[in-house]
Amino acid sequence: MTSMLSISQLAKKFGGLQALGGIDFQVDEGEIVSVIGPNGAGKTTFFNAISGMLPSTGSSDHRPVPDTGSIVFRGNDITSLPPSDITKLGIARTFQNVRLFPNMTVLENAMVAQHCRTSKGVWATIFQTPSFRREEESIERRAKEVLDFFGTRLAGYRHEQPAFMLSYANRRRLEIARAIATDPALVLLDEPTAGMNPKETLELTGLITRMRDELGLTVVLIEHAMPVVRDVSDRVVVLDHGVQIAEGSYEDVSTNEDVIEAYLGRDAEATS
Amino acid sequence: MATVVESALPGPELAKAAPNPAKIARRGLLGGLVGAFVIAIGMFQTFDGRILIVPVLSLGFVALYWVPVLFGFLASSDLRAPSDPGGRPSVAQVAVGASTGALAGAAVWLFGLIFSTGSLSDIFIRLTERASELLTFGRGFGFALIVLVGGWALLGAIGGALAGASPRLRHALVGAVVWTFGAAVLELVVEDVLDEVGLSFVSRFLYEINGGMKIPGAIVVMVLAGLASWAFRGGFSRARTRIRNLEGPARRKYGLIGGAGALVVIVVLPMLLGSLVNELLANVALFLLMGLGLNIVIGYAGLLDLGYVAFFAVGAYTTAILTSPISPRFAPMLTLDFTTIDGWIIFGTVLLAATLAGILIGTPVIRMRGDYLAIVTLGFGEIVRILFLSDWLAPTFGGAQGVRQIPPAELGLVGVEIAGINPQSIVYFVAVFVVIAVYVSYRLSKSRLGRAWSALREDESVAEAMGIDTVKVKLLAFVIGAILASFAGMVFAVKVGSVFPNSFALLVSIIVLVVVIVGGMGNIPGVAVGALVLIGVLGGPTQPGVLQEFQEFKLLIYGALLVFMMLKRPEGLLPSVRRSRELHQDEFLQDAWLDPADATESDEDRA
Repeated sequence: MTSMLSISQLAKKFGGLQALGGIDFQVDEGEIVSVIGPNGAGKTTFFNAISGMLPSTGSSDHRPVPDTGSIVFRGNDITSLPPSDITKLGIARTFQNVRLFPNMTVLENAMVAQHCRTSKGVWATIFQTPSFRREEESIERRAKEVLDFFGTRLAGYRHEQPAFMLSYANRRRLEIARAIATDPALVLLDEPTAGMNPKETLELTGLITRMRDELGLTVVLIEHAMPVVRDVSDRVVVLDHGVQIAEGSYEDVSTNEDVIEAYLGRDAEATS
Repeated sequence: MATVVESALPGPELAKAAPNPAKIARRGLLGGLVGAFVIAIGMFQTFDGRILIVPVLSLGFVALYWVPVLFGFLASSDLRAPSDPGGRPSVAQVAVGASTGALAGAAVWLFGLIFSTGSLSDIFIRLTERASELLTFGRGFGFALIVLVGGWALLGAIGGALAGASPRLRHALVGAVVWTFGAAVLELVVEDVLDEVGLSFVSRFLYEINGGMKIPGAIVVMVLAGLASWAFRGGFSRARTRIRNLEGPARRKYGLIGGAGALVVIVVLPMLLGSLVNELLANVALFLLMGLGLNIVIGYAGLLDLGYVAFFAVGAYTTAILTSPISPRFAPMLTLDFTTIDGWIIFGTVLLAATLAGILIGTPVIRMRGDYLAIVTLGFGEIVRILFLSDWLAPTFGGAQGVRQIPPAELGLVGVEIAGINPQSIVYFVAVFVVIAVYVSYRLSKSRLGRAWSALREDESVAEAMGIDTVKVKLLAFVIGAILASFAGMVFAVKVGSVFPNSFALLVSIIVLVVVIVGGMGNIPGVAVGALVLIGVLGGPTQPGVLQEFQEFKLLIYGALLVFMMLKRPEGLLPSVRRSRELHQDEFLQDAWLDPADATESDEDRA
């Protein structure tokens, strides 16, 4: 069986820093994969490379692309595609530091995510064609449906609230909702539980599993909270210094010596 | 002026400060400096030609004598504790106001004494003998000392007392003065309307035949306006908030009523006005049309386009070369007759030319962000003008000669001719496009595309990650803006009857931008208010406004207004809800914490 997402020898250098040093990575349909690693391991850069959002280094006018390697998603090479095309092919993401459209309402945030799934242009809008109205209605219906996935958290009067008024946890939820609203096959969650309290974290853990079971999504997440990683992951991939140092079930990885070393440093006795 | 006084209210300050001589001296001298500036640039002297109230008050004196009132007010406001609701001005407040005024007056007097020797007239050519005569009322500097120190102390004391007065009283007084001033300034408009609806006895009561208000008329207006302001204090903004908070259909109903009302005004108003005022109205509508187009580009999509005039020029030149009988290249020429196919061919060509220009200019610049975009569009705007001016394209566009003898537009079957000599017809002509522009703006703002623009404005990278093809969406905003500007260009060509490269200078772009900013970005009624205030009252780049005396100082006032707006009200006079949220997010966030609904939510989260 071919993987849904298959990455080979992905490398990216920023100046003198080897952010990604040749990563091979596969995700199968319906999997939940956690990517973990100490700070600066290259996890977010890895996500940025997949979603086409590598930061511009300023040296060239062109969109920054990985130095080497390829990213193939469902048979399409997406290595150097712009983010909007990647989203259109079915990969959505959230951001480590929540990046909503703060002054748009909650509902609008979810509605705008369907841009690439809809098509009505200027003329249809101006003449308010029946197909335009139908499309607007279906966008709104779909947005509400996605928001309802989060129970009462983002429902009811919250629809009309500007996003910046939401509590921190709700902003995180809305960001996930927005990602789901793009109708993806694969969702990349960048530290979804960062800054949340234990209860909220627990709730989100359940939510990630539900995303797979109820919505049929494949999920790759970067996470620091080990209980979450343990509870949701089918598979865990550990990065350090831009390379993969371990892979396997949570139990395998958590006992792997390289991983312990990467997180805790080499034992002083062992080095001497 | 009302806005000046009202928004100058002090922020949180120390409770009940004692009068501080250094601060008073600073304010007083600053006031003196402003007064001297007004005289030095010749505003005082020029505006004196415009009599507001016969025979006592000219615009020139208003331009100078507001200084002690405002600075007295500011100095006295320093003394007021933020919690003090006001009510009875304290003696200290009045005294501080008076001394500030007196100091400013003394400074101006000293300035007068210095320039009366002629020593400054090499640099400030407006500091003539006439200026000192005006300043001293022709009675020498001894008399002037009494007026400038004593009189300004009195005015300063009034300002100081105002700062301590109850907000309601202050509102009523300021309202009375502003409305009287407005009635005097807008004499031309008010008189036309009153005469036309058969109330000419009212206008005879209010105004002298040679211009200016009569004293009894002014007093009546002042009293009525004061009483009305007293009675309806804040009524307008309350109603606005109420309508804004309405949901769905109810709000829609108000929107429809507002729209219908605006339509009626558009249809009826030009009939009531004389050709002079209609000419002003035509200019307002023309800039409103451009403002609406730029509003889509800047207000909706957040693209700072400083070369917007390019599309205005494209529309005007396309119309000109297709219709003018002496256009160098295109013969046989067509008539802009919307009842024949010819008119629609021209219309289609203008549309096509604007779209092409939008794509041509847009494609290379659209990938830039923020300031870079502004600079590059500015360059392109100039390039277009210089192309029209160039010898290379002179065989088609006439170079510096431009294209002349553009015939009027027509509705041949109905026998209507739309020409610059009949400004009323031009007003209706533009109005059609304005209505189209309003409709298009409104529809687009509430659509898939409008949401994409909002997202783009807020966070471009994330918008792209959410699947929005930013290049395409930006280009669409650019092209729609270009098309609306080209319509304005078409009307402009018909109205003026000739086009020259010089009509399309950078200044036009800037003034349209100022209209959008001052009015309120992203809000259609805001742009209309901006166009009325700026183009109608102050005048456009080459077009005079109601205050024709302002012509000379227009750019100065534009600049001052822009700075003031940026400092005090960056969201514009009538802002869009969202824009004003973006600019005042911190304050809104604070309010959000106080929102009981959210308070319960955070409790529930913690439980």
